[in-house]
Amino acid sequence: MSHDISRLSRLEAAWVIARRDFIAVLFSRAFLFFLVGPLFPVLVGGLAGSIGGQVSREAVTLEVGLAMSAQDNAAMIAASERIGPQLRGAIPVMREVTEATGDPAFDARAFMEERRGNYAAIVTGTLQSPEVVGTGPQVDRWTGPVRLMAADALAATPLVFPSSTKTTVASSAASERTNRIRTAQAAQIVMFLLTMLLAGMVLSNLAEEKGNKVIEILAAAIPMDAVFMGKLFAMLGVSFVGIAVWGTIGWGFWAIAEDAIVTVTQTNFRELPGPAVGWGMFLTLGVLYFSMAYLLLGALFLTIGAMASTVREVQTLSMPVTMMQLMVFFVAAYTITQPGSALEMAAIAFPLSSPFAMLARAALDEAVWLHVAALAWQAVWVILLVKGGSLLFRKRVMKSGGAGTNKRRWSFGRKASQA
Amino acid sequence: MTPDNGRPLQTGASSDTRPLAIEARGLVKSFDGTKAVDGVDLSVPEGAIYGVLGPNGAGKTTTLRMLLGIIDPDEGVRMVFGHDRPHDIGRLIGYLPEERGLYPAMKSIEAIAFMGALRGLPLKEGRKRGMELLERHDLAHAANRTIRQLSKGMAQTVQLLGTLVHRPRLVVLDEPFSGLDAINQGKLEGMIRNLAEDGVTVIFSTHVIHHAERLCEGVAIIAGGKVPYAGSVETARDRIPAQVRLETRAREGGWTSALPKETRREGDFFYFPLPETGVEPLLKTLIEGEAGILSLSIERAGLHDAFVAIAGEAAARQLEADAQEHAE
Repeated sequence: MSHDISRLSRLEAAWVIARRDFIAVLFSRAFLFFLVGPLFPVLVGGLAGSIGGQVSREAVTLEVGLAMSAQDNAAMIAASERIGPQLRGAIPVMREVTEATGDPAFDARAFMEERRGNYAAIVTGTLQSPEVVGTGPQVDRWTGPVRLMAADALAATPLVFPSSTKTTVASSAASERTNRIRTAQAAQIVMFLLTMLLAGMVLSNLAEEKGNKVIEILAAAIPMDAVFMGKLFAMLGVSFVGIAVWGTIGWGFWAIAEDAIVTVTQTNFRELPGPAVGWGMFLTLGVLYFSMAYLLLGALFLTIGAMASTVREVQTLSMPVTMMQLMVFFVAAYTITQPGSALEMAAIAFPLSSPFAMLARAALDEAVWLHVAALAWQAVWVILLVKGGSLLFRKRVMKSGGAGTNKRRWSFGRKASQA
Repeated sequence: MTPDNGRPLQTGASSDTRPLAIEARGLVKSFDGTKAVDGVDLSVPEGAIYGVLGPNGAGKTTTLRMLLGIIDPDEGVRMVFGHDRPHDIGRLIGYLPEERGLYPAMKSIEAIAFMGALRGLPLKEGRKRGMELLERHDLAHAANRTIRQLSKGMAQTVQLLGTLVHRPRLVVLDEPFSGLDAINQGKLEGMIRNLAEDGVTVIFSTHVIHHAERLCEGVAIIAGGKVPYAGSVETARDRIPAQVRLETRAREGGWTSALPKETRREGDFFYFPLPETGVEPLLKTLIEGEAGILSLSIERAGLHDAFVAIAGEAAARQLEADAQEHAE
């Protein structure tokens, strides 16, 4: 048999599909959404952070009221102003309860129960015997600081704080580990978001293809696993274009406004301690693990998309997979703090969580050989999933005929039996 | 012809010595325990136009998909140009599925080139040949229009051109006339004839007898997943005796006893199968009996009559209903 009459090889066929899909997606509105997509989490994150910060500030600025004698109140406020700067946040803002001024019958308990004022707790009694009134947790929290301030107020001479000198080091074992854990977490989150975004796109792409009825033409001409592979790699290519665009914008932004970024974020990124394998290797592994994570999830979604015949079916079938992927991500994120544990090993072995767990490893552990093994393991699963998906597609989707049976079938046509 | 499975096969045996483009023996395919195709045998000579005729749900699409290797049969063998794996000769095959499918945002010329690329034709060559095909079919003006901008008939033609752009030796068309108006059906018939003249083997499924009768030299009648007849259209028609239509001046007389017992009377006409002895003895009796012959004609059976005789009344009624539904 001469080669020129046989159908395209898997690689050639995957290339034909990938080329078409890549160009089609790149010049579609979907790609614009993909480019703008990452802005939404940033925007939502910023808003949530801002709101959270405001709430947190309001919670922190709750005051502790003073309902002692005027003299004791003044002594307590003076003590808090002396001690406060030394303990940075551990000492509450002390404020005289105006309702109690000149009222010897002031009942702090009733005042609190009536939910009046904005006090976390109210201090009554005397400096020798202060009483903290409030809810259980607030009383527990403020009793110690109140006693400290009362002791200072009672002292014949106020506390004198000796001068001290500061010597800082760039990092320590503890801070390096903390920073690496943060790097691992950030890398996992970015990878997870990108993966979900892309897998969703490849799913809708195949569903659309089924809607266009093109899939049977493809299935007749080339191997189905080549169709799957082509689609997966086209979308991966699209994602690299997107990442390149974002990377270029980010790099340009950094080049123009490095000082402003450092000021706003209070972080000098140049001085951040690198991940365990070094930034170069970490970024390389990041790209590889992102590719694997996407290919694994994409192959799973493609199988679902291939089997479903309506958008509703696609949504119904993909929901459990999305939930599972979320759980997998949470497990992988949890194992960051437990290197070497059985849970981390399980996360590395399970194909869908493996890229996330291994990326975290790259941030925390210098060993490189494990990454080679993990990438090979993940690649095997990509091939298995694509093969399994295409087999399932042939087995379950390519049905027609049935000699008049009324059984419900997965089929291309608007009719169950179309032959 | 003796199939491998030993079952009797009704064929229109001929002395055709052309090599076979398609040869299928005992194809069986079940879905969820239901047999969609149950022992299909086919022999399609190279260069022939061959029809697979049957009502919806008879197993036509499943049969074509098995011949193309889209799905594998549970039992039986199929050979396409002598290869039992149709994919091994994928570039020699063109396939138009029943459910037409094109990317709506793709330009016509790109759609044709893409379909060629799927069969190994370089994109550049595909665009060049695609343009030639569009020009030949008066669609050059639509080359740079997207599929969604085309009429249904134009889009179907574009897809058919995409099926042909890599110059296949075997073209498989699943219900190609479905959804086309009379003018486009005529054009498609012309295209199919031209392909056959160029030596291309064309096999198509249909539930419209007229298309098969007008175009095909061979036909497989399929009903309930089985093929009760596969062979030439001529042989199928010859299976039914020609019908005689007789008109007489007299309505009664002794001569009526000479008419065959299958004779039925409709209005002024008598209808009966042509006797094995011919009409001459009957004519003599009619003349002697003074029947007063006004007219007598012998009509050869059509493929519809053959279909009724082979597949049964029920299948024929369903076929007509399907054709009616598609026409609407």
